Amino acid sequence: MLEIARLNAFYGRAHILRDLALSVARGEVLVLLGRNGAGKSTTLKSIIGLVRPAPGSSIRFRDREIAGLAPHLIARLGIGYVPEERRIFTDLTVMENLEVGRRSPPEVRTPWTPERLFALFPNLARMKDRPGGRMSGGEQQMLTIARTLMGNPSLLLLDEPSEGLAPVIVEQMAEAIAAVKQAGITVLLSEQNLHFAARVADRAAIVEKGVIRWQGSLAALDAAPEVKAQYLSV
Amino acid sequence: MDFLLVQFLTGLANASALFLIASGLTVIFGVTRVVNFAHGSFYMLGAYLAWTIVRALWDWGGREPWLFVLGLLLAALAVGAIGALVEILLLRRIYRAPELFQLLATFGAVLIVQDITLALWGPEDLPLPRPRWLRAFIEVAGERFPLYDLILIFVGPVVLGLLWLLFQRTRFGILVRAATQDREMVAALGVDQRALFTGVFFLGSALAGLGGAIVLPSQNANLQMDLAIIAEAFVVVVVGGMGSVPGAFLASLLIAEVQAFGIVLVPKATLVLVFLVMAAVLMVRPYGLLGRPQAHARAPTGSVAPVIRAAPFVLKVVGASALALAAAAPLYAGPYGLTVLIELVVFVLFAASLHLLMGPGGVVSFGHAAYFGLGAYGAALGVRFLAVPMEVGLVLAPLLAGLFGVVFGWFVVRLSGVYLAMLTLAFAQIVWAAAFQWVELTGGDNGILGVWPSPWARDKALFLWLALALCIGATVLLRRAIYAPFGYGLRAARDSELRAEAVGLNAAQLRLVAFVIAAASAGIAGGVYAYAKGSVFPTYISIPKSVDALLMVLLGGVQTVSGPIVGAVAFHGLFLTLLQWVEWWRAALGLAIVALVLAFPEGVAGFVQRRWEARFGAAS
Repeated sequence: MLEIARLNAFYGRAHILRDLALSVARGEVLVLLGRNGAGKSTTLKSIIGLVRPAPGSSIRFRDREIAGLAPHLIARLGIGYVPEERRIFTDLTVMENLEVGRRSPPEVRTPWTPERLFALFPNLARMKDRPGGRMSGGEQQMLTIARTLMGNPSLLLLDEPSEGLAPVIVEQMAEAIAAVKQAGITVLLSEQNLHFAARVADRAAIVEKGVIRWQGSLAALDAAPEVKAQYLSV
Repeated sequence: MDFLLVQFLTGLANASALFLIASGLTVIFGVTRVVNFAHGSFYMLGAYLAWTIVRALWDWGGREPWLFVLGLLLAALAVGAIGALVEILLLRRIYRAPELFQLLATFGAVLIVQDITLALWGPEDLPLPRPRWLRAFIEVAGERFPLYDLILIFVGPVVLGLLWLLFQRTRFGILVRAATQDREMVAALGVDQRALFTGVFFLGSALAGLGGAIVLPSQNANLQMDLAIIAEAFVVVVVGGMGSVPGAFLASLLIAEVQAFGIVLVPKATLVLVFLVMAAVLMVRPYGLLGRPQAHARAPTGSVAPVIRAAPFVLKVVGASALALAAAAPLYAGPYGLTVLIELVVFVLFAASLHLLMGPGGVVSFGHAAYFGLGAYGAALGVRFLAVPMEVGLVLAPLLAGLFGVVFGWFVVRLSGVYLAMLTLAFAQIVWAAAFQWVELTGGDNGILGVWPSPWARDKALFLWLALALCIGATVLLRRAIYAPFGYGLRAARDSELRAEAVGLNAAQLRLVAFVIAAASAGIAGGVYAYAKGSVFPTYISIPKSVDALLMVLLGGVQTVSGPIVGAVAFHGLFLTLLQWVEWWRAALGLAIVALVLAFPEGVAGFVQRRWEARFGAAS
């Protein structure tokens, strides 16, 4: 589904990603783990094109090179991006936010509709005409995912979906991600919450200083306390 | 009382045209973040195109009202298409360039459109023949009121309603509102920004064109329309809140009524009044009536200003040689050469003073010509009313400019971003309006003549040396200030106001000091210029003069200390060459500006610096 090789990315002169390599298989939920500043968000932003990968980087999506394409072209190929800061359009209502994300590629047989999404996130159904700026953090997190799903992506990038949310909302997020996987969407998410990651993901990859240090199943990670101690504990 | 009612209705009618122009400008700014100087040109084109189209339609089908309306709409659509074309050909290539370069490019477009309009329609004002129904009056409380104005009153609200429907009920409108808030996120959701931007430019330009078209029956199409309206349109947009269409509507009502009643109450100060209202609104609401703080600080990837380093040795040698060459000019240059050289020296200081604000200070002034002009008028008023000699006049120049720098600067440093720039523009327009309208003091359009140097300095060579001593001396002092603790503090306050204040720097005060120093320095330049020319005119304070200064600094490069010097010499040299050799010098200058922006988005000196460092490594 997604093959990343020799991915380098910079913020100004700071070298954030160093020859990062990663592959995501169709239908799986892969979680990127790592401490703050390890390069998780930058990896996701490089895939969607918001951070421009350095020359020589390779990002192949469904066997097509997408490194260096404009974000809207990458999104149109079927990659949905949900930013960490949510970036809800606060002046727009819930329905209008969904409208901005709406895109129906002809090959999608059962596109996401507001009704399907409201079934997934019942809270949103009760506030269709509320401006995004007057929603709680959890509601905004649901809306930002729903908005991206309106574009019917086949690969969903989720940047720290559980961050800053109340436990009951985190639980809803986990269920939503399971439902998204059920719908056949491949998911690549970044996470700091190991417990949440273990709950939703099939496989984990650990990033440190812009390099993938470890990959394996979550069971394998659970059985390797030294890996957790080295790369994840604060 | 009845007279006041008619005045009020006149204000409402004028508000409609103002709203059309301002709503287009505010929509364009909201989505693309481009401060579009060319918007006034679209307005002017709207009037000219309506003149041509309506007359053609009338020739074909008689002077019918419906053909008139059709003609206005066609003119608006044509201007919309021109706006979309400008976006595709020009702005699309420079969205990644700093905002100010986009502004310069749009100013280049202003110059090009001026010459094209002149070439197509000629220099005379073009009145629309007015059939009887266009001259009809109705009785309002016993006074005659033009029927056409009465209809205009409803145009504004109708367009506001249509825009509301567009933005609330259509996908295009929803995308525009989303992009106004966070265009990067809109792109990440798969929306092609380029199509959206082109659409927005079409819409905004068409609104400006319609604005120009509907004023045609009352104010002939003329070549001064573009810059006359752009300052007013900026005021409306800023007072309403940048990006807010309802705000633009409220502000256009406010400004138009202020003008309508200003003519009755203070006929000498109508122009000043408008800008005072703007300054007052911004003091109470720094983001305008319905505006909100912009979230423009998102992901400043790679936008960190490079550290300003001391000039490498080679550059010092080059600088010293250039100075020696200039000082020796009387040996090899004729009187015209010396005159040009004096102007160059003046503009070097003018540009360097603005650079102190823009580079280290991070304060972008759209109205720096105010202080240049205040310097010139300071000297000239001294001559006119006190008959002071040049030596005193040259002291009055920086004093007056510096004094206004204190007053205006006190307001300016409290704002930020585009609002700050617009306030500097407003203050410059206040000074310009005073110079233009306060005829008893300033002589108005005729200026003040007879501002001659003292006898000892009448010799061109001696005056050149005086100009060199004053202007280059002040420029060197400005450079010193950048490396002094004051300069470090200023740069710290620019890069992070919060952190600078945390270590005990008073950011607003530092910026105010920089503002006053810059104003006084520009005042010196203005004073020298006044004595070099022997006269002063309001044009010294006009918008094009402020843009000249911006051009010099930006073409030279904001983040290099030599930038303003290189920029001043390059720009003024270019200007004089074109003026002398090219008939359509405005279009040529506009094209040159556009070409330079496209070729050197970091300025000429910045370009040279980068190439130099790539080759020889950074100076340390």
